[in-house]
Amino acid sequence: MTANWLHHLIVAPIVLPLLAGAFVLLFDERRRVLKATISLASAVLLLGVAVTLMSVADAAAPAADVYLLGNWPAPFGIVLVLDRLSALMLVLTSILAIASLVFATARWQRAGPHFHTIFQILLMGLNGAFLTGDLFNLFVFFEVTLAASYGLVLHGSGPLRVKAGLHYIAVNLAASSLFLIGVSLLYGVTGTLNMADLAQRIPMIAPEDRMLLEAGAAILGVAFLVKAGMWPLSFWLPPAYSAAAAPVAAIFAILSKVGIYILLRLSLLFFGNGAGASSGFGNEWLLMGGMATMTFGLIGVLASQAMGRLAGYSVLVSSGTLLAAIGMGNAGITGGALFYMVSSTLTISAFFLLIELVERGQDTAANVLAVTMEAYGDEYEDAVDEEVGLAIPGTLAILGACFAICGILLTGLPPFSGFVAKFLLIASIFNPAGLGDPAPISATSWILVALIVLSGLAAMIAMTRTGIRTFWASLEGKVPRVLVIELVPVVGLLLLCLVLTIQAGPAMRYMQATAQSLHAPQDYIRSVLAAPRVRPEGEASR
Amino acid sequence: MELVLSLAIGIMTASGIWLLLRPRTFQVIIGLSLISYAVNLFIFSMGRLRMNATPVLTSAGVGEPALYDDPLPQALVLTAIVIGFAMTALFLVVLLASRGLTGTDHVDGRERR
Repeated sequence: MTANWLHHLIVAPIVLPLLAGAFVLLFDERRRVLKATISLASAVLLLGVAVTLMSVADAAAPAADVYLLGNWPAPFGIVLVLDRLSALMLVLTSILAIASLVFATARWQRAGPHFHTIFQILLMGLNGAFLTGDLFNLFVFFEVTLAASYGLVLHGSGPLRVKAGLHYIAVNLAASSLFLIGVSLLYGVTGTLNMADLAQRIPMIAPEDRMLLEAGAAILGVAFLVKAGMWPLSFWLPPAYSAAAAPVAAIFAILSKVGIYILLRLSLLFFGNGAGASSGFGNEWLLMGGMATMTFGLIGVLASQAMGRLAGYSVLVSSGTLLAAIGMGNAGITGGALFYMVSSTLTISAFFLLIELVERGQDTAANVLAVTMEAYGDEYEDAVDEEVGLAIPGTLAILGACFAICGILLTGLPPFSGFVAKFLLIASIFNPAGLGDPAPISATSWILVALIVLSGLAAMIAMTRTGIRTFWASLEGKVPRVLVIELVPVVGLLLLCLVLTIQAGPAMRYMQATAQSLHAPQDYIRSVLAAPRVRPEGEASR
Repeated sequence: MELVLSLAIGIMTASGIWLLLRPRTFQVIIGLSLISYAVNLFIFSMGRLRMNATPVLTSAGVGEPALYDDPLPQALVLTAIVIGFAMTALFLVVLLASRGLTGTDHVDGRERR
């Protein structure tokens, strides 16, 4: 009975935020406490569900837990698939959601209408994209996510956000068209949209159709690379992320990882070792593109004056590292990359939240907020003065410490998880076949390692410079008024990074197991295609 | 038929991309619409072009797939149309907001001098 109940829990990450978002819509915009409570409760429940699902996925491994939504067998009906990777992404999403919702309750939720509804719909889209086992369903959830993100990037309004939002929407709409072209090409060649079924059919494609198939996969890949921010498809990313309100930017840290997640899943599923002639297709592109992105990102990090842009370029560095690591096509490296992804997502999210608090003391942030309120009209004018809650003493010291920890994490210095992540990555790049294997190290590996180290150096230079200017030589500006509730999510996310360092052993075992099963997708394919239908009451078993 | 359809898709995509790269927000939105029409036709064509074949089962020909057109791309097109329509509407709102805030319809929010 409990097994059955747990089985149905897979739908919860999609249904729960949808219901919460719709329910919140019923209340008037002035009942903020109620709205925030419902929204936050949904996010906390989601975390519980996600952690439960993680243990389910871990127990079910190497097979995946498959849920037939319409009770039609797999290639015909739409399926939800839960494996270790999707469970990991669900947990990460809900952690970021809680952090940015807590942060938003202090002031940002008042900067525009329907913040919580849009936020919950975003969570629904993200969770759906992580769980779906069907390409077209992926498109739908992707669009749900994007539609919500358009709303969120404009949250707070103002000319700067509208301009960045306009570019963001135009780029993503064009990318969605590419997504559709790619999906329909794949369908035209193989006649299926189910990911597992596709993976099974791709090795059997006739040689004359192979070019069409690879073109379709490449176009599909471009759509995700736009999302992930690979150079030269990434120029929209830093302005959009730095213009977005702080809690929005914090959840957007996972948004660019959706592209990475799908690239990781699809490239290993479709073009893994068992894919025949197309095996390893696109890996060089990912590797080269990833390294180009890292280079672009680290130059951007060095060149950024404003902290928001610094964080935006850090997103690019993180994306580039992950893309290059995926492109290496090795289970050990993928394991390290997954650890790096969790660590860097938490760090960047915390950094985005922190930036707003730090900049509040300077004039720029105050100006942005003033413009926001002005553009939004009289209705919400009371929002600025209405700062309730505890302002803590020693604010600057705490902010400075958090900033330093963010810097250490981004740079990858011990004792935090950024160091463990980069160490794991570099170690597995040098020893692709496991420790102690005296294989020669290729030139590409050397370049990639050099780029990883250099990007750390660039982050350190930029963070030191910004830190000195903000905390030590701050002549103008006053001490920012920061509420406890705004510091809690920042400190919480940074503490999670510390926990990740201390618990690096178990975490890494999980990541390695995830990477192993991603690189051997036979179990995934088998469990999707052989998923048993639920028999209605009274139907004779045949 | 194939030639006409592919020409239509090609011309619409080309015009769409050209408009997408123009500096006025209105041109951009028309370009995006054209691209989405082209993509919808493209999805449709991926189910193979057939004349006089229904996508819905009739009682006469159950179990004869050769009599029917592929219904799946048509269902996909329907979804894509709905989503594309909603996104165009949303983009239109942002376009108007941008026009209201900056007083210009340039995509960068200011005229090039």
